[in-house]
Amino acid sequence: MADLKLNLAGVPLQNPLIAASGTFGFGKEFAEFYPLSTLGGISCKGLTLEERPGNPPPRIAETPGGMLNSVGLQNPGVERFIREDLPWLRKQGTAVIANIAGNTPRDYCKMAERLSDSDVDMIELNISCPNVKQGGAAFGTSCESAAAVTAAVRRFCKKPLMVKLSPNVADIGEIAAAVENAGADALSMINTLTGMRIDLQTRRPVLRNNTGGLSGPALLPVALRMVWQASSRVKIPIVGLGGITTWRDAVEMLLAGASAVQIGTVLFSDPYAPVKILAGLEAYLEENHLKSAAELTGKVRPW
Amino acid sequence: MKRYDTADCAVLKKAELAPGIFDLTVFCPEAARIARPGQFAQFQVPGKTLRRPISICEISREDGTLRFVFQIRGDGTRLLSLLNPGETVNLLAPLGNGFDLGDPSRRALFVGGGIGVPPLLEAAKPFGARAVLAAGFRSRNAVTLREDFESLGCQVRVATDDGSFGYHGLVADLMDDIEFDVVFACGPKPMLRAAAGAAARRGVPCYVSMEERMACGIGACLGCAVRLRGGNGPYYGHVCKDGPVFDARTVVWEE
Repeated sequence: MADLKLNLAGVPLQNPLIAASGTFGFGKEFAEFYPLSTLGGISCKGLTLEERPGNPPPRIAETPGGMLNSVGLQNPGVERFIREDLPWLRKQGTAVIANIAGNTPRDYCKMAERLSDSDVDMIELNISCPNVKQGGAAFGTSCESAAAVTAAVRRFCKKPLMVKLSPNVADIGEIAAAVENAGADALSMINTLTGMRIDLQTRRPVLRNNTGGLSGPALLPVALRMVWQASSRVKIPIVGLGGITTWRDAVEMLLAGASAVQIGTVLFSDPYAPVKILAGLEAYLEENHLKSAAELTGKVRPW
Repeated sequence: MKRYDTADCAVLKKAELAPGIFDLTVFCPEAARIARPGQFAQFQVPGKTLRRPISICEISREDGTLRFVFQIRGDGTRLLSLLNPGETVNLLAPLGNGFDLGDPSRRALFVGGGIGVPPLLEAAKPFGARAVLAAGFRSRNAVTLREDFESLGCQVRVATDDGSFGYHGLVADLMDDIEFDVVFACGPKPMLRAAAGAAARRGVPCYVSMEERMACGIGACLGCAVRLRGGNGPYYGHVCKDGPVFDARTVVWEE
């Protein structure tokens, strides 16, 4: 049997499959299907300092090969997460990654400091949410601001720090390198692409927020390209995500340069997708006489 | 037992009740055993990123079946309408909270609009002759499930937008002279609001089944938001987990 265990920037994972933030809540709903210990880790629903109500509906629109969402970071706030959700989540036998989003670098720092005193395993800095007016995506779209917020948080963060990059940029390699230099321990990429749909009858955008984040299979080629480009620029591990639907997609993502993967939107069509992807990955490793998933990382052979 | 799960289910029966309105009976004994009126299922559509949420119309624990009546609204529901007996479809069910039917000796008013009528059928069963259905449809050829309600002993009143069948006008106009102790409603928002108003004027409870664009169906993605009244002011609940049925008094009706 191939060994799926890995160490992600100091966090031991039993396999390289992590549930992506915003698609998995705090795990309770998916625990109805299978033990959460099936997963290497869970990146929790994005947290903000204070509770957020989220955006008005409609928040969801389907697109060819994907979907748009404009949930707008509806969440209970970091304190209630620590008090009400974390104790249960901690007992599920999987790594817990707290995804945080702020309006100002100060917000991020406060949350990182608070979560450093909790027993989450890792902090994922969301500088790329396209669905909130202040902050969010603004931090992730320039090297200077991405590096500045990473460096600021680094001073308060005692946990391994992963920075989730926005695809809505000109040069992903530049941003990746800037964030690494600013002290990130890992990168996760990519967040959603900003998109839009319009209702022909009303001539209004389908989403009440006008625009939203595109996710789903349509993203895979973009994500692969960006992971591949970033991987040649940084030494820290990359967690690849964006449109992974099958084990084949996951293998491609590892070959492109990822050490682990996150899966999100596929869960809405098939909650059992993680189980199937893991089984496929194991079989692929077995067939190719590989001892670990790590042997695939970055092994793409470019022309 | 799991509260909900996915299963590949055989389609047993399929019919087109009206143009673009389809009736599927699906064999899913596990879900049928625990399903309650007003709950829904998420249908997987091969090639589509999202499942399609469809309300349960009838539950047969004896046969292990669920009946669904749905309308073609887009490409996904069109693909579902192509399913035939003998084929299978993957369901995630049962989902959401159903109708809290309470005491079946009360006189119940069911208010349905178009494709909002099917979820009321199973809920009307225990009330039988003590139920009245006030249903609105676009026109004569869109009228569905009238006989199903009548065979339960329910009195049925129909309104059509174009006057081609029954009363020419709004369902809300049909409610005035009906005696009722509780209201169950499913349909477009203005209709639900009218039903809630009629119930409030009589001081009786009203339960409304809401709809919103949905992704996961289980409460994880927070996509299907609906504005509700809370102790600390309005907040966004979710149709899939907190609903689809809500006490009408908890819904914020103003846009």
